[in-house]
Amino acid sequence: MTEPIISATGLGRDFVIRTGRGLRRRRSITRAVADLDFTIEAGAAVGYIGANGAGKSTTIKMLTGILVPTAGRVHTCGLDPHRHRRELARRIGVVFGQRSQLWWDLPLAESYRALAAIHRLGPDTLRTRRGTLVERLDLGEFLETPVRQLSLGQRIRGEIAAALLHSPELLILDEPTIGLDVLSKERLRQFLLEERAAGDTTLLLTTHDMDDVQRLTDRIIVVDHGRMAYDGTLPGLVERVGADRVIVVDLEETTAPLADVAGTRLLGVEADGLRQRLAFTPGSTTAAAVLAHVSARAEVRDLTIEEPDIEDVVRRLYASGT
Amino acid sequence: MGEVLAPYRALLASRLRSQLAYRRSFVLDLIGAVGIGVLELAEVLVIFSSITVLGELDLAGALLLFAFAGIGFSLADMAVGHVDSLPRYLRSGTLDAFLLRPLPVLAQLITSDLQLRRLGRTAVAAVVLVIALSMNTIAWTPALVVLAVLTPLFSAIIFAALFVCAAGVQFWLVEGGEFANAFTYGGSYAASYPTSIFSLPMRVLFTFVVPAAFTAYLPTLVLLGHAGPAWTPAVLGWFAPVAAAGIWTVALLGWRAGLRHYTGAGS
Amino acid sequence: MSALAVYAGLGWRRWSAYRTAAAAGAFTNTVFGLIKAAITMGAIGAAGGMLAGYDALTGATYAWLAQALIGPVNVFTWSELAERIRSGDIAIDLARPIDPQAGYLAADLGRAAFQLVPRAAPPLVVGALVTGLALPAELLPYLLGLVSVTLAVVVSFACRWLVNLAAFWLLDLRGVMTLYLVASNLLCGLVVPVHWFPPWLATVAAWTPFPAMLQHPIDIIMGRAAGPEALVLLGEQVAWAIGLLVVGRAVFEIGARKVVVQGG
Repeated sequence: MTEPIISATGLGRDFVIRTGRGLRRRRSITRAVADLDFTIEAGAAVGYIGANGAGKSTTIKMLTGILVPTAGRVHTCGLDPHRHRRELARRIGVVFGQRSQLWWDLPLAESYRALAAIHRLGPDTLRTRRGTLVERLDLGEFLETPVRQLSLGQRIRGEIAAALLHSPELLILDEPTIGLDVLSKERLRQFLLEERAAGDTTLLLTTHDMDDVQRLTDRIIVVDHGRMAYDGTLPGLVERVGADRVIVVDLEETTAPLADVAGTRLLGVEADGLRQRLAFTPGSTTAAAVLAHVSARAEVRDLTIEEPDIEDVVRRLYASGT
Repeated sequence: MGEVLAPYRALLASRLRSQLAYRRSFVLDLIGAVGIGVLELAEVLVIFSSITVLGELDLAGALLLFAFAGIGFSLADMAVGHVDSLPRYLRSGTLDAFLLRPLPVLAQLITSDLQLRRLGRTAVAAVVLVIALSMNTIAWTPALVVLAVLTPLFSAIIFAALFVCAAGVQFWLVEGGEFANAFTYGGSYAASYPTSIFSLPMRVLFTFVVPAAFTAYLPTLVLLGHAGPAWTPAVLGWFAPVAAAGIWTVALLGWRAGLRHYTGAGS
Repeated sequence: MSALAVYAGLGWRRWSAYRTAAAAGAFTNTVFGLIKAAITMGAIGAAGGMLAGYDALTGATYAWLAQALIGPVNVFTWSELAERIRSGDIAIDLARPIDPQAGYLAADLGRAAFQLVPRAAPPLVVGALVTGLALPAELLPYLLGLVSVTLAVVVSFACRWLVNLAAFWLLDLRGVMTLYLVASNLLCGLVVPVHWFPPWLATVAAWTPFPAMLQHPIDIIMGRAAGPEALVLLGEQVAWAIGLLVVGRAVFEIGARKVVVQGG
């Protein structure tokens, strides 16, 4: 069995907060992260989810060696991240969506030259690797433009190429799609999917965007107030919190509201009953049973089943207090 | 060695290219830096327009002192002067980016923003040095030649250490950048005047705590054959390397503690 | 008028949020004061105990007062307006129902009012303990001095306003700002009193607004200029303040038209 690429045991981080002034000055300890246990195997794609202030960035900083844990242990690529910061830096790539590791007044091409020197890539390695990234991230057009003149979407693509230049084993993305327009987001996701399919890069992603999670990851870890709230697959999470699914039926003729279908709640009626939306909890009934009930009342022309909104799922998870 | 330095060469080269890319604004900056050098010189000249001797130095001696301190400080300011704006690096997340690269953070910080324009000030001081050397009568010996050549260098090394001290302090005092200025710019200001005009506590402060006197005043005393005031005899002028080693030890320890404070590794 | 009072209040509050910065600034001013007082006293001693009407004590007092006033008067650079012009945020100021120049001036006076005590007291206290201060015993010089310091803030603001307006036409202001810094620092009397200048430099200084920022208020507070002389200095400050504000307005109008017409 190969060693996991990240393993955290009892990982925790406290911060000392000082409030007040002079004699009323007080010290209090805030627990940003506590008792996190998880391992991530090489090649996995994990979404790290949580509300603002749930402890996501703190965890990322501990995984990458920027911050030292106050409790527990963490190993990234088999290394103690803080003690072996430099060695680890050669093996991971990190992108902070809202911060830049590029030189803002230099063109991307210059930044890559500098990064290649920093990571001691030979000229041949640099040329091939850069060529691949430029092509796949479509950077060619603005490779010689100073970073500060790039659009956000272009800059983030440039950042990702910078993080991948030294072919890291682990790619950590902190809110990579924040602020991007729909098109740029889609493009970025497409690239990341290809990157995953192509190689053995492990991906750890924090995001607010549930589409990112759905499209890019095969496992999610949810933190709430610094503690582990869930670790598993997305469908598993949906099942765990028992989120409702919604079945939307389009009927052949106007029908009275289907208010009494067993095991469902009527959410809405449109166009005089031509379209009706029913919510049901998987487990208490099934889509087939609901459909059978509805068909008995009116002829169904079309139907769709809406998957639960994931933000809603996470909210429910938080509310359930697990 | 070349292998080890290659990343820094690349970083420095990229900085220099970006500064020279905007030629017009670079020239304006350079002129501005010359202006600051001239201002500092004007202060000395205005003072000497009414008097002939300050401390034990006449105008010629004062200009020699000014030149040593000026060259040293402006070179240090060029190379590492930006490190005292550490809070900016903390706020923008640049320091985190440094931590994610396989190089020492201080070395990255130093090479991240070399400011060539500050050479304008060095140029003013260098011109003054040439003039001052011709104005003074110095009984040249080989040892004195070595001293005159090495003084600006060690002056720069000492001031650079003061900047690093200032940077280290700001891991704790994020809003207190000006505290640090008191020792960097204040040290440079104090260094450009004969330390003998200060009261004893200040003289001790600017000699043995903030070793500003080693950057110009003490070597000037040696070159001009003055004895030096009580507690800070001229012979100390030969000990700038010792002062540099001492203040760099403090600077590096302070930086290390500051970085450990930042990463939460305890301080 | 009440809107301007609100702006002044905002100026005060914005700065009062940076207490550590104010403490650090006062500390630096004080350390520089120690060095400057020593240099001044050293020079006066070398000149035989008297230099341009200053003896050791009054010379040291001058150095300490200069260090006390540079924070509130702000003879250093200020680039907030230039940054707003560059980023286009100036359009927001133009859209407000308050005159931008008056608004910024009110905010700057609020800042100066906040900084007066925290930035001026530490150097003066240390000065009193270390060298002693030669200050007048009667009340009038202080009252006139307060008026003069207020006018000095206005003159300083009007100059900084003009320098910042260059951002309408220039992309990079660093060079302009540095030259302004050099000229103002020397000619306002910060590095050495204007009275020490050789005649030609004193003439240059007299033709600039810079002495009105520091030398005049200090002369009035120390009682070096009293009675009619003090009134002449105050009159000079008023003239510079009005003249520079009027020019600043006109230049702002031209620049603002450029923004409105070209859309930034």
